[in-house]
Amino acid sequence: MLSNIVHLITGTADLIAAFLFLYGLKRMSSPVSAPSGIRVAGLGMLVAILANLLNVFTVDAAAKPHLAVNIVLAAVALLLGASAAWFKGRAVAMTEMPQMVAIYNGLGGGAAGAIAAVELFGNKTHGISELVVTLLGGLIGAVSLSGSAIAWAKLDEILKKPMRFPGQRFVNAAVFLAALVVGGYIVFTVSYGGAPLLPSNSILWIFFGLTLLAGILITLPIGGADMPVVISIYNAATGLAVGFDGYVLQDPALMIAGMVVGAAGTLLTLLMAKAMNRSVSNVLFSNFGEASKKKQGKMIGSEKPVEASDAGIFMRYAASVIVIPGYGLAVAQAQEKLYEFVKLLLAARVKVRFAVHPVAGRMPGQMDVLLAEAGVPYDLIFQLDAINADFATTDVALVIGANDVVNPAARTDKSSPIFGMPILNADKAKKVYVVKRGQGKGYSGIENQLFYEKNCDMVYGDAQAVLVQMIEAVRGLGSAKAA
Amino acid sequence: MNFEISITGFVAIYIFMLAAFGGWVIIGNVPAILHTPLMSGSNFVHGIVVVGGLFTLFNASSVTQQTIGFFAVLMGAGNVAGGYAVTDRMLAMFKTSGHAAHATHGKAHKKSSAKKS
Repeated sequence: MLSNIVHLITGTADLIAAFLFLYGLKRMSSPVSAPSGIRVAGLGMLVAILANLLNVFTVDAAAKPHLAVNIVLAAVALLLGASAAWFKGRAVAMTEMPQMVAIYNGLGGGAAGAIAAVELFGNKTHGISELVVTLLGGLIGAVSLSGSAIAWAKLDEILKKPMRFPGQRFVNAAVFLAALVVGGYIVFTVSYGGAPLLPSNSILWIFFGLTLLAGILITLPIGGADMPVVISIYNAATGLAVGFDGYVLQDPALMIAGMVVGAAGTLLTLLMAKAMNRSVSNVLFSNFGEASKKKQGKMIGSEKPVEASDAGIFMRYAASVIVIPGYGLAVAQAQEKLYEFVKLLLAARVKVRFAVHPVAGRMPGQMDVLLAEAGVPYDLIFQLDAINADFATTDVALVIGANDVVNPAARTDKSSPIFGMPILNADKAKKVYVVKRGQGKGYSGIENQLFYEKNCDMVYGDAQAVLVQMIEAVRGLGSAKAA
Repeated sequence: MNFEISITGFVAIYIFMLAAFGGWVIIGNVPAILHTPLMSGSNFVHGIVVVGGLFTLFNASSVTQQTIGFFAVLMGAGNVAGGYAVTDRMLAMFKTSGHAAHATHGKAHKKSSAKKS
């Protein structure tokens, strides 16, 4: 009787939660309603978690003697995990968002993998289909955990360079296959054992060890510029694992939330890959960047350095400016100085807009968030398709910390590794200023012909320092002229 | 009346299919400018896994199960709380160039720079 009431309450709460998740995500599709979207989804989460605490009244007979200990463990885990993640998430700088999303996603994958592990170790699955789904949930969750952890370490620059060794693809494939074979063996022993032949614990440890290793190995060789794709793949993977766990635990809220995220993550992954003109498997398995070690066509012309103050004053008297931010802006934490400079230009009646490339930065849309943090109104921010045609009629393109996304080789040079990638046509502007830390290639190691063009001048220096000089130069002109 | 949920075979596949389609349609409408908050938001939504973690831990009956279950809840709780915290922060920053936006700008600006120091 009591357990039936609990089922009624948790069932209703899960239904409400599933609806609120969908509605919340729907609200996130416009910048105006988005802030309320996360609160709607948050309410759904709260309802689901609180109601499901009632499950303490429905535990298995085998778990009854342990219930008191389990409740204490659950309370400690909830408080510890939630408070640590909450305070970290509140305190961290906006520029570090990609690694935070990576690590929180990894935690979700780990939780999904751990749930599958408990079901398997406790031999709680009934029937072959449930066993297979549990193994899949465990596999995907564990790969997502270890893969996201490596992605986090790369984004946090704990791991500085992509790790590559000869035969890496072969080793990766072998480890992944081995995990699948062990999983298959577990299914085989159970299905042909007649009576529920238990998969022994040691085989399960091997299974999870291999899957964790596979996640690490797959992620290690991937370069930082490919991180937008990697993060969204693991986001989708965690969603899928959660959905599978939902089936095993007979919880439709997990099934729905997991699958929605799985589909959303897949869509986003495809969008990112398309923005780089590469397939998802190419990102994961091709060790991007190796090709660039080959000889490239000679650059024609020379890089012409100019003073930041001169560039700043030139822009002050231009009619229109398009700013192209890249990852270098995030590294230099210069987003607020950039907007300060842009506000001076706006005050001087210069038409200023921002052009954001889909894969600029280290996660999808990272530049949009950085500009928003600095206070840039989102109606000044334009995406590639919306603004690309306007470069030809623009006086100045100001490229800050971006490189590959403005490399004309993507349009013209068939031998370039980025050939075919849609780029921002900064080179079409009448004048181009490139703010860069120093001479040298971008993250992917590809030379950029843009820097050598006649209409392009280089402003060397840390983005923040350069912008301060530009601001001072424009202010130095006096407000009388600006008005 | 029995309220225990039982989802088997085709019903599960139907739920998965409809949910995946729903996710695809809803997210397909999101403008690129919101891709980061959206990813972070969906990251928060799969934090519902903590509910499964709690269920599993409550039903744990050996030290191995209790240990792994503990980590399931720990990680799931981290996913939920962290995912919410960062998404909420990001979304709070989006504003238009309208008058109201400028009025609140100074305040938000101060807050974020204070945090960094």
